[in-house]
Amino acid sequence: MVKLTINEMAVEAPAGMLLIDAAKLAGIEIPAFCYYEGMALQAACRMCLVEIEKAPKLMAACVVTVAEGMVVRTEAPAVVKARKTTLEFLLTNHPLDCPVCDKGGECELQDMVFKYGVGESRYTEVKVHVPEKQWSPVVFYDGPRCILCYRCVRVCGEGMGVGALGVVNRGVFSEIAPSHGDHLECDECGACIDICPVGALTSGAYRYKTRPWEMEHVGTICTHCSNGCKTTLGVRTNEIVRGNNRDRSGLNGEFLCVKGRYAFDFNHHPERLQTPLLKVNGKLEEVSWSRALQAVVEKFKTGGKTGVVGSTRISNEEAYLLQKFARTALNTNNIDHHRSGDVVTLLDSLSGKAATLGTADDCYNTKAVLIIGADLSQQQPFLANQIRANYRHHKAGVYVATPGAVREDKIGKAAVRTTDSDWLTGVESMREKLKGETELLVLFGDAVKGAGVSKLVEFGESLGIPVKYICLVDYANSRGAMDMGLLPDLGPGYHGVEPGLSLPEMMAATDLDLLWVVGANPLRRHSFSSENAFVVVQDMFLTETAQRADVVLPAASAYEKNGTVTNVCGQVQRLKKAVETVGAKTDLTIIGLIARAMGVNLGKVDADAVFAEIQKTVRGYNVPLPVIVTGGAAQTMPVNGRVSSTVLPELIQSSRDTLFTTGTLTRYSKILNEVMEAPGGLYR
Amino acid sequence: MKLYNPPSPLETKVVSKRFGMENSWKLDTYLATGGFEGFKKAMGMSSDEIINEVKASSLRGRGGAGFPTGMKWGFVPRNTDAPKYIVVNADESEPGTCKDRLLMEHDPYLLIEGILIAAKAVGASKGWIYIRGEYRYLVDHVDDVLKEAYQRGYMGKNIAGTGFDFELYTQIGAGAYECGEESALLESLEGKRGVPRIRPPFPAVSGAFQAPTVLNNVETFCAVPDILCNGGKWFADLGTPKNGGTRMVCLAGHVNKPGVYEVPLGMNMMYFINELGGGMRGGKKMKALIPGGSSCPLLRADECDIAMDYDSMAKAGTMLGSGGMMVMDEDTDMVKVALRIMRFYKHESCGWCIPCREGTTWLQKMLARIVDGNGAVRDIDLIGDLAKNMLGRTFCPLGDAAAMPTISIVEKFRPEFEAYVAKNPFAASELVQVA
Repeated sequence: MVKLTINEMAVEAPAGMLLIDAAKLAGIEIPAFCYYEGMALQAACRMCLVEIEKAPKLMAACVVTVAEGMVVRTEAPAVVKARKTTLEFLLTNHPLDCPVCDKGGECELQDMVFKYGVGESRYTEVKVHVPEKQWSPVVFYDGPRCILCYRCVRVCGEGMGVGALGVVNRGVFSEIAPSHGDHLECDECGACIDICPVGALTSGAYRYKTRPWEMEHVGTICTHCSNGCKTTLGVRTNEIVRGNNRDRSGLNGEFLCVKGRYAFDFNHHPERLQTPLLKVNGKLEEVSWSRALQAVVEKFKTGGKTGVVGSTRISNEEAYLLQKFARTALNTNNIDHHRSGDVVTLLDSLSGKAATLGTADDCYNTKAVLIIGADLSQQQPFLANQIRANYRHHKAGVYVATPGAVREDKIGKAAVRTTDSDWLTGVESMREKLKGETELLVLFGDAVKGAGVSKLVEFGESLGIPVKYICLVDYANSRGAMDMGLLPDLGPGYHGVEPGLSLPEMMAATDLDLLWVVGANPLRRHSFSSENAFVVVQDMFLTETAQRADVVLPAASAYEKNGTVTNVCGQVQRLKKAVETVGAKTDLTIIGLIARAMGVNLGKVDADAVFAEIQKTVRGYNVPLPVIVTGGAAQTMPVNGRVSSTVLPELIQSSRDTLFTTGTLTRYSKILNEVMEAPGGLYR
Repeated sequence: MKLYNPPSPLETKVVSKRFGMENSWKLDTYLATGGFEGFKKAMGMSSDEIINEVKASSLRGRGGAGFPTGMKWGFVPRNTDAPKYIVVNADESEPGTCKDRLLMEHDPYLLIEGILIAAKAVGASKGWIYIRGEYRYLVDHVDDVLKEAYQRGYMGKNIAGTGFDFELYTQIGAGAYECGEESALLESLEGKRGVPRIRPPFPAVSGAFQAPTVLNNVETFCAVPDILCNGGKWFADLGTPKNGGTRMVCLAGHVNKPGVYEVPLGMNMMYFINELGGGMRGGKKMKALIPGGSSCPLLRADECDIAMDYDSMAKAGTMLGSGGMMVMDEDTDMVKVALRIMRFYKHESCGWCIPCREGTTWLQKMLARIVDGNGAVRDIDLIGDLAKNMLGRTFCPLGDAAAMPTISIVEKFRPEFEAYVAKNPFAASELVQVA
């Protein structure tokens, strides 16, 4: 530890710490635009200049490391003057756009000028001006507002590993420029927009919609991929107008991909179902809730051979209640969902072994990472970001065994090309290198399933180093769906039950009397052979499956309900309702209404009560409620013991999503569609 | 390739001794006049011995900053596996400076020999001569010289049979003054934007491609062979204590005999202007001069009776700089001089940091407005205030280089500004205080 003095106060800081961080430890704020934790140092904005005794001139605190006996003054008259005049310089060419700039109210330049700047500018010359540019459907760049802090360039380059932004021209004509001259071909993640301290980079989706203080901010979990990123939705008059994670809460810090940041607009798509539909004479007609539920309950009471298809994006509470109702009231184990990863066999293979499941934190901290058969940047962007940061900050060893080229190749110690049917040869070829590591985290996609999973775990054991595994799955609550027992042969917590039909078997059966589909669209991929079956669908849009239905019940989205979801790493997080539904009901409510109409007692049907039951009855879910309720992530304990399953490995199929697609919801996101149709292809 | 001026008998020719010889740039001429003797001597010396000789010479960087060369070479770490490089700063963009081009045109082998001696001293294996983009013709010329050197065994493997290997290349810039700043030069050399680096680490420890690098001006390297041949003390004694040797001064402006003259450090400035420069032309009186490139504070005529060496010039409130001396007579419009200087810095500012990028632009626009006849009284004080707000606050010395001459002009020639402002019927009142 180093002892120094800041503003006559004794401060102790670890050796090697930057002065600006040491000051923060002591509660002293040194203003800076270009300094940003976790990214390369710039010392370009000169706002952090402070007085250091014995130094001939003011020094930038963001590049000075603490030294024993250093005496620093951050409020000396010279420092105060320097800040004022630097801000005065900055404002000479900055346009007075506050009234029309989206950043107003959240702008760091506004804050700095109020705190450190001059009230009146002495500038009377003509300002340098260039017109605003649009680089993609969601990214606008206003050159005059740009203060050239280079945060966007760094977050895109180092942070996201994409590098689609650069600087062109010189001097006062310097500008940020996109990868393709006049437009961006990138992940469209929007990190550049959120990191911009001023309104130089603004979002095309949020443009002119509102002022920040008119929004209510609700922190919930993104409903697209399985990584479980926290997204803070800005809501104005019951409409979601933006998503970001600037408060750095949740697992993901400030990271969000294009879906977490922009693809919330499916929520108020004009085609959202708002009234129940009943098939009358071959056509779906709008009816009241009571009429629709009456038709459903009539059929449910008649019974017969029943199939239930659950969802990968409904909450844990809804999945739990669905299988409970199906198993107890409908007397069926024909329950399944779209399975995208063989978590079940992984749990079985790990039984009795020292190896365990990995977490998102492990992706950032483990010294070596092996990626098998998955394009993480496309399918698991948050995990990809963790691994990239792990490499950048800790020089982690990254090993890649995938069919196609992936972004991780560039940072990999070794990268081999494999096929889906034979990934083991490629992985074996890296054995010696892997043995040289001290620990390993393995992430694998759906190419590794069934017996393949056991082979992988054996391979891991043979390395003689601690190994952790993450079985990659596709959707926001794929793990939850499995943990809650939406499986034909396993109940909640993977307790064995009398096996029922799997999803393809239900689709292929010709003798089903009843099919109940909740938040899923199996008819997009499968054809349904039971022509006489009565089909009940709960969903948000009139999907292919809903069109076949006899009764369609409009359901709420994840942003319209409370509950919990479990991410790919088994971390449980809270969903917080951001907007009210318009006519639709949550799946939980619908199940409860059906149960009540049938006289079935499911207990109290609200998210908290059901979760309390889950904590008590589902293996691994005895997690501390305070962690979840306060917006934290609680790690479920992995099942320790054999899990016998008759699941055929072929049934497990990832949908091989990309950054711009995740199932039904993203098809209805106007923003994502615009971005996909923009010039250029997906960034590879 | 011609010389600007005939030599003066009052010069002390060390680096320019071959100027005017027939085919002075050819290897045979070089060898016939004692060329490569310094290098051969260095091959028999240890690194410490060579560096100590250079230290003893009190040779200081001739690019403008004047950092002791021997000390710089001494900073290169010895016990490292990293390759080491030599980079020659031939970016010569300081306004008024035109000496390095002459050295590369007329005695390129002197530069090459200096590079090789430096390479031997620090253990370097490769080097680049970074030539400014505007000197396009010179790159071809130096490439021809290098071709001859390689062919004749004076570059590449086993140089002059001494067993020493070295590879030397030319690298062209693209028209940026900032790329004369050593760390920005290295960035440009590596193919990146020419913006300076955070220092520490300095180039001697982490330079070209993060390897230890010796980076010096052309003239600095050119002084080294003679130092090795005749000894560091010999060189030091040519000048004044701590300011050893000779330097090339590029005399321009309203004098009778403008040209490039090599004189010993410590020569009196007025003596230089009158005896070598032939005095003021047309019988005019001197008003002011820029002593060593436009980045220095200007001197009034009555402040020029000083010795031309680093320490004396610093004491007089200016700098020896790069040797670009521009003499101005009584008819010179100092306000236009200030504008011309600021236009240069605004154009060349790399844009990395706020004070320089915005400050030079503001000052240039304000000076242009004053020259146009729309200045106000408060603008005169504002010029000095803004320039002082740039001083010491910028990321690299370009901000200081823009501020210092401007402050000196406003302080020393204020009446000329007041005259411009007086012509403006709308001239306003006092300055608005900032703090």
